[in-house]
Amino acid sequence: MADAPIIEMKGVDKWFGEFHVLRGIDFSVARGEKIVICGPSGSGKSTLVRLINRLESHQRGKIVVDGIELADDVKAIEAIRREVGMVFQQFNLFPHLTVLENLVLAPTWVRRMPKREGEELAMQLLKRVRIAEQADKYPAQLSGGQQQRVAIARALAMRPKVMLFDEPTSALDPEMIKEVLDVMVELAREGMTMLVVTHEMGFARTVADRVVFMDRGEIVEVGKPEEFFAAPKTDRAKLFLSQILGH
Amino acid sequence: MSARALNWLRANLFYSVPSALATLVLLALAWKLVPPFVEWAFVNAVWRAPDPSACRAAGSGACWAFIAEKHRFILFGTYPYAQQWRPGLGILLFIALYVVSALRVCWRPWLALAWVGGLALIGMLMWGGVFGLPYVENERWGGLMLTLILATFGIAAAFPLSILLALGRRSNMPAVRTASVVYIEMIRGVPLISLLFMASVMLPLFLPAGVSIDKLLRAQIAMVMFAVAYLAEVVRGGLQAIPNGQYEAAEALGLSYWRKMLLIILPQALRISIPPLVNTFIAFFKDTSLVVIIGLFDLLTAVKVALNEPAWSGHGIEAYLFASLVYFAFCFSMSKYSQRLERDLARGRRHILRED
Repeated sequence: MADAPIIEMKGVDKWFGEFHVLRGIDFSVARGEKIVICGPSGSGKSTLVRLINRLESHQRGKIVVDGIELADDVKAIEAIRREVGMVFQQFNLFPHLTVLENLVLAPTWVRRMPKREGEELAMQLLKRVRIAEQADKYPAQLSGGQQQRVAIARALAMRPKVMLFDEPTSALDPEMIKEVLDVMVELAREGMTMLVVTHEMGFARTVADRVVFMDRGEIVEVGKPEEFFAAPKTDRAKLFLSQILGH
Repeated sequence: MSARALNWLRANLFYSVPSALATLVLLALAWKLVPPFVEWAFVNAVWRAPDPSACRAAGSGACWAFIAEKHRFILFGTYPYAQQWRPGLGILLFIALYVVSALRVCWRPWLALAWVGGLALIGMLMWGGVFGLPYVENERWGGLMLTLILATFGIAAAFPLSILLALGRRSNMPAVRTASVVYIEMIRGVPLISLLFMASVMLPLFLPAGVSIDKLLRAQIAMVMFAVAYLAEVVRGGLQAIPNGQYEAAEALGLSYWRKMLLIILPQALRISIPPLVNTFIAFFKDTSLVVIIGLFDLLTAVKVALNEPAWSGHGIEAYLFASLVYFAFCFSMSKYSQRLERDLARGRRHILRED
């Protein structure tokens, strides 16, 4: 099983009403692989990532995550979500809980971890994202960059096998982007399987095993970052790269 | 007069021609109305009277002696006189429960247990039949105690149910959603009075022979049914104000539906719903007076009945002023408390932001 891909999508289609957001997606991710997904807005890249933990549901095709097929079975969905961490563009920390409580909540309630153990794990993770001294504050007291690092730690507290990042730096002020990317680079070096929707091309060059370029609901091009950035094969990718690197 | 006082007057009472006019008109009205009222209510009032004739003497003002004479009837209705310490203790227990629930340090799981225990204890006190307390059937309950029972049991039962109903209305399951919408719209579409009539007249017709639910319980059920629909809409408003990202973050962590709601969504939704919730509670507290139409003896009815005694008749103003004061005391405390709570919660947030 170790060689089986951790995420496998076959012929996946999705519509929002009439709008065909994803078309015939065939895609798989090996364990430990780091994937960067980019593309113009509306290309379906966020939706693709959100299919993996069933925040969106697909209408056609097959998605298997860590050996479990995603369908309507609620228990199967919860089982997958336990193994798949997610970091959102808008952080989505729980504002009524302290930083520490944000981290402890899921391990204790979902994994049934004793509270003491959960707090130890949480403090360890907060140190790792360099924010341990803020443990007793509320999210509103933190800067955007700090909140996003807490959000990463919160997802890691479930000890997931895969981490999904949905434009994790898009809502941040420029001076805070680096502190979040540094944490993500470290995480990548430790061997985490990661899918990252981002336009941070520096990050893609540093950690990505493969870059996936999407446009209009299709995967247009997949390649190693050095090849993709140096010599994109398709015109759409060339156009996109010229737009985001051009200024 | 100091310059500061003059400035204050100009800034607050005479800052423009219309404001000056309004100030003068109100002063004139106060001049006309306040002294006679004070004279009637305090200066010439009869506070104690051995018999009702003292109040009829020429030149006497308000007859507070009437309230002094009838206060036990107004508080406890026709509850057996010798046993009235029981509803008296019950009222104190209710007030203790309100006060404890108002203190934020007491917002712990044991508070729910305290409520269950407190309400059970009140029921035991009122009915009796155990521990040597003589049994008192609830036809004889009345006065302020009955009002508090209807309001408190009503809210205690309606609030949790309304949360379920609000969740039902937002459910993904079409059957649950439709049933919730139908219930809410049906109940909101009829006046409370008609619900009370239905509970007292129609409900017994549908029950099998030999089964009867007493009048108080029927009224209580009707009031709960009514309150649930209104509270559910308030709670739904709070639920809708929670950003979608909170739901998604909870789901992405693998929380089940109920954990997501209980741990993440409801704590936030109920917090922002405090003002409209308290508004509904206050309305509900006063609506309990409608049980008069099915012959229950609440505070307002007790006051009215007390007025029926010929010797004390004609003191309606005092009687209703007193009843209003009692209602006002409860409703105003609720309103003040909710304002303070809102401010405290808001200050918590502001304080937080200033620290940075």
